[in-house]
Amino acid sequence: MIGDNVKKELRKIFGQKRFLDSVEDRIAYSYDGTPVISSMPDAIVIPASVDQISALIRLANDEKFAVVPRGSGSGLSGGSVPSKNSVVLLMSQWNKVLELDKNNLTAWVEPGVITAKLQSQVESQGLFYPPDPGSAQICTLGGNVAENAGGLRGLKYGVTKNYTLGFEVVLPTGEVMKIGGKNMKDVAGYNLKDVLIGSEGTLGVFTKILLKLIPMPASSRTLLAFYDSIGGAAETVSAITAARIMPAMMEFLDNTTIRAVEAFSHLGLDTNTGAILLVEVDGPRSAVEEDAIAVENICRGSGAKDVRVAKDEAEALKLKTARKSALAALARIRPTTILEDATVPRSELAVMVDFINQTAKKHSIQIGTFGHAGDGNLHPTALIDERDHAEIRRTEEAFDDIFRKAVDLGGTITGEHGVGLTKKKFLEELYNTPFVKMMRTTKQMLDPNCILNPDKVISVSPRCEGALPKSREQIEKVLKRMDNPSEAYF
Amino acid sequence: MNEISDDLLTQCMHCGLCLSVCPTYALTGLERSSPRGRIRLMRSVMEEKLPVSDAFVEEMNFCLDCQACETACPAGVKYGELVESARVFVDQKRKGFNLKQFILRKIIVRKRTLRLVARAAGFYQRSGIEGVVLGALKLFSKRLYNRAKLLPRVSDEFAIDVLPEVAEPKDGLRGTVAVLTGCVMDVFYADVNRDTVDVLLENGWQVAVPHDQVCCGSLNAHNGDRETPRALAKKNIEVFERSGADYYVINSAGCGAFMKQYGEVLADDAEFAERAKKFSAKVKDFSEFLYQTGYKKPEAHICKSTVYHEACHLVHAQKVSTEPKSIVRELSGDQFHELNEATWCCGSAGIYNVVRYEDASKLLDRKMKNIKDSGAEVVVTGNPGCMAQIGAGVKNEKLDIEALHPATVLNRLYKSGKL
Repeated sequence: MIGDNVKKELRKIFGQKRFLDSVEDRIAYSYDGTPVISSMPDAIVIPASVDQISALIRLANDEKFAVVPRGSGSGLSGGSVPSKNSVVLLMSQWNKVLELDKNNLTAWVEPGVITAKLQSQVESQGLFYPPDPGSAQICTLGGNVAENAGGLRGLKYGVTKNYTLGFEVVLPTGEVMKIGGKNMKDVAGYNLKDVLIGSEGTLGVFTKILLKLIPMPASSRTLLAFYDSIGGAAETVSAITAARIMPAMMEFLDNTTIRAVEAFSHLGLDTNTGAILLVEVDGPRSAVEEDAIAVENICRGSGAKDVRVAKDEAEALKLKTARKSALAALARIRPTTILEDATVPRSELAVMVDFINQTAKKHSIQIGTFGHAGDGNLHPTALIDERDHAEIRRTEEAFDDIFRKAVDLGGTITGEHGVGLTKKKFLEELYNTPFVKMMRTTKQMLDPNCILNPDKVISVSPRCEGALPKSREQIEKVLKRMDNPSEAYF
Repeated sequence: MNEISDDLLTQCMHCGLCLSVCPTYALTGLERSSPRGRIRLMRSVMEEKLPVSDAFVEEMNFCLDCQACETACPAGVKYGELVESARVFVDQKRKGFNLKQFILRKIIVRKRTLRLVARAAGFYQRSGIEGVVLGALKLFSKRLYNRAKLLPRVSDEFAIDVLPEVAEPKDGLRGTVAVLTGCVMDVFYADVNRDTVDVLLENGWQVAVPHDQVCCGSLNAHNGDRETPRALAKKNIEVFERSGADYYVINSAGCGAFMKQYGEVLADDAEFAERAKKFSAKVKDFSEFLYQTGYKKPEAHICKSTVYHEACHLVHAQKVSTEPKSIVRELSGDQFHELNEATWCCGSAGIYNVVRYEDASKLLDRKMKNIKDSGAEVVVTGNPGCMAQIGAGVKNEKLDIEALHPATVLNRLYKSGKL
C-alpha cells in the first residue's frame, strides 16, 4: 500500500475530485478485459494536464510506487490490470479530437478518444482510419497505440503503427518528449517512435497523438464461401495471394464457431460446414468488380461448395453477420471466455487450426477458432468456467501447447492483444536471448526505478522463485496459491 | 435472503463493450457507474469483499435499468435481472422508511389510491392552485419549481372508466385483443388509450378492456420488490384469460416488457407457471402487433419532420425496434429523419426522473440536443414515460415539438387525414 503521506501529495497534485481511493473505485479499476486476473490499485487519479502527469511520475520515482496507465480497460492481456502498490492513471476522459488536417490528411487526437468515434468523424469527411480492433466501440486510441492494435483490415491496411506519425509522451522520468510530425518521411535519428508504439504502457504515457488518415475507398464487395474443411479455406487464401489480389478483409470461422453462430443467430448455416471464409475487396469500382469475380472463381476452384456474393450494402451486412456474431455466439456457451490471438504465417493456417482442435480434444476443453485468415491472426477461444480450477489448469496447458506450436511454425504468441501479464512467460521462454535482453536493457535504461506499468511485458529482475517450501504448512500455502490462478501472476 | 445469482454474475467477461452505450457512464466517466463496474461491485458484495455501503447502494440506484448494455453485450449477460436483484438485496439489508417503496407499494399499485391522488392532482392543475403553488415555489426553491412545473396534465377522465369492456369493429372481424390501460398511461395519457382502441377497431379487431385489470407490476419489480409483482401478475393472468382474447396488446413499453416476463416471474409457482407462460406468449407491443398482423395504411402522411425515439423497454428489453420504426417511416415518408442516439435513454426510466431529478435532467438535455439537431417537429415514441420526459424538455425550452405515441399518430391520420 502507498503511504498516507503519498496520498496527501497526490491530493495536492490532482485535487480532491480527481483523486479516488474508495474501496468501490479501487474494485472498479481492479480489472480490464482480461479473463480471470485482477488486482486492486491503491488509488486512481484523473489528470487534468500534462504537468500533473509529470508530477505524478516524479512522485512515483521518489516514493517508489507503480503507475498503471489505463484507457477504457478493454485490453485482453492484462496490460492495465494494476500491479501491487500502484496508482491507476486514468486517461479515458482526454477525449477530444484536437485537429483534423485535410491538407495533410492527419488528425491530432487526445489519447482517450474512442476509436469508433474518430472513425465515424473522419468517414463523414470522406476519409478513412483503417485500424479497427474488435473493441473499436469502446477502446481508446491511446490504448491502441500502446498496444499497437490490429483488427480486421490488417492484411491490406496494416495496424496502428502504420498510422501513427508522432506523439507527445510523458517518459518514466517525468520528462515530456515530442516525437514525429506531419512528415511522411523523417529519418532524423533512431526510430524511437516504434519503440514506444506497442510498449504497453511500460515506457511512456501518451498525451497527444498524431494519426495518418487515407482517402475512403470508393467501393467494396463482400463474398462468403463455404468449405467442407479448413484446408479448402486455407488453400483459397494462398491462391488469392498468389493471384496478387489484396482483399481488405479475409476472415474465417471454424466448425465449432459455425455451430455456435447458427445456434445463436439462426442464419440458416449448414452446421456440417467445415469452414466459412468471408472476403471483402475494396478500391475503385472497376477494379473491385474484377477482383470480386476473380475471388469467386478462386473460391470455387479451391473446393468451396457454395459462394455467395453480396449485391448491395444491405446484403453485405447480412453476409458479415456470421463473422460479426462469432464472439457473441461463443461467449454465450459458457461463463468464461478466453480469447487468444496466436498468429502464424498465413501459409500455416490449416496446420494451426487442426492443431488447435487436437489440443482442445487432448485437454478436454471446448475451443472455437475464428479470426483473420488473411494475416494468419487466429482467435482460438476457450469456453470454460473460471470457478472450475481444474478446467482453468487444463486451459492453461492447452494454450501452452498452442503458443509453442505457433512459434514452431514461425508465428508469434500474440498478433494484436499484446504481451501484458498473460503472455510474459511465453515471451521470456520462447524468444531468443538477445531479443529478451535488449528489451530488458531498454526498460531498465528508460525506467530505472521501474515505476511505469512494472512487470508487464517483461520482468526486469529475473524471476526469483524464493526459497523452497519446507514445512507442511508452507507447502499447503503454495498449493493453495496454485489453485487460485488469479493470484498466480503476481 | 435473496442472493444475486453467481451464474449471472460470472457470465460477464468484462470486455467493456457495455461502457460505450451506458448513459450513466457517459455522465461520470467512472467505471463504477458502468454496467461492468456495477457487476464487479455486486460480485464483491456477494463474495463479502465489500459491505452494502452507501456508495454501492448509490450506484445500484444511479443505474437507469435502461438495459442498453444488454443490447451491446456479446456474452448475453442479463444485466437488468442483476441490477433488479441487487436492489432487492439492498432493500432487505437496509430497513427504515423508503419514499420510493412507499410511492410504489402504497400508491401506484392500489388503483383506488392512485385515482384519488391523480384526481387531486387534476383538481390542483385545473383549479388554479397550481399557478399559486408554482409562484410560491419559484420564490423559495428553484429546484422544486423546476420539477413541479413539468408535471404533465392529468387526464380529465380515465380511459378505463369510459371505454366499454368489449367494443366491436365496424367491419370485418379478425379476432379479439385485450388492452391494458396502464397506470402512468391512463393518468396522464388516457387519450392514447382511446387512440389505441380506435386504431385496433379500425383494423378489424374486437377490443376488450377488462375493467378489473391491475397494474402490471413492472415499476415494483424494477425497484427491488419481488412479492407485489407476483400477486399483480396472477390477478392480471386471471382477468385477461377471462377476456378470451387471442392477443394482449400493450401500449406502454415498460408494461409490455414486464408482462412478456410473467412466464419467468411465476416459473416456480405450481398453479400459475404454465398459465403465465401462455399469457406471456400472447403479449405484444402495440406497434409490434400492428406491424406483424398488418395494418390499414392511412391515405395521408405526416407532413411534419418526424423522428422516432426508441423507448428502452421496447428496443433493449423487448428487442422491438424494426416494427415501430418501419411504421413511423411508412407514415412519415420523406419527412422521416434519423435521430442521433435514438436508442439512448431520455432519463424517464420508470420513476427515475422523479426520484433522481438532477441526473434525469442531464440525460434529457442530451436527448433534447439530438432532437433539436434533427430538426424534428414530431417525436414518435411508444412509452408514456418517454412522452412525459420529452414533453417536459419541450415545455422547458419552449419548443414547437410534439411527442406522440404511434397510436395517436395513426388515429389522427385515420380520422382527420392530417398531422
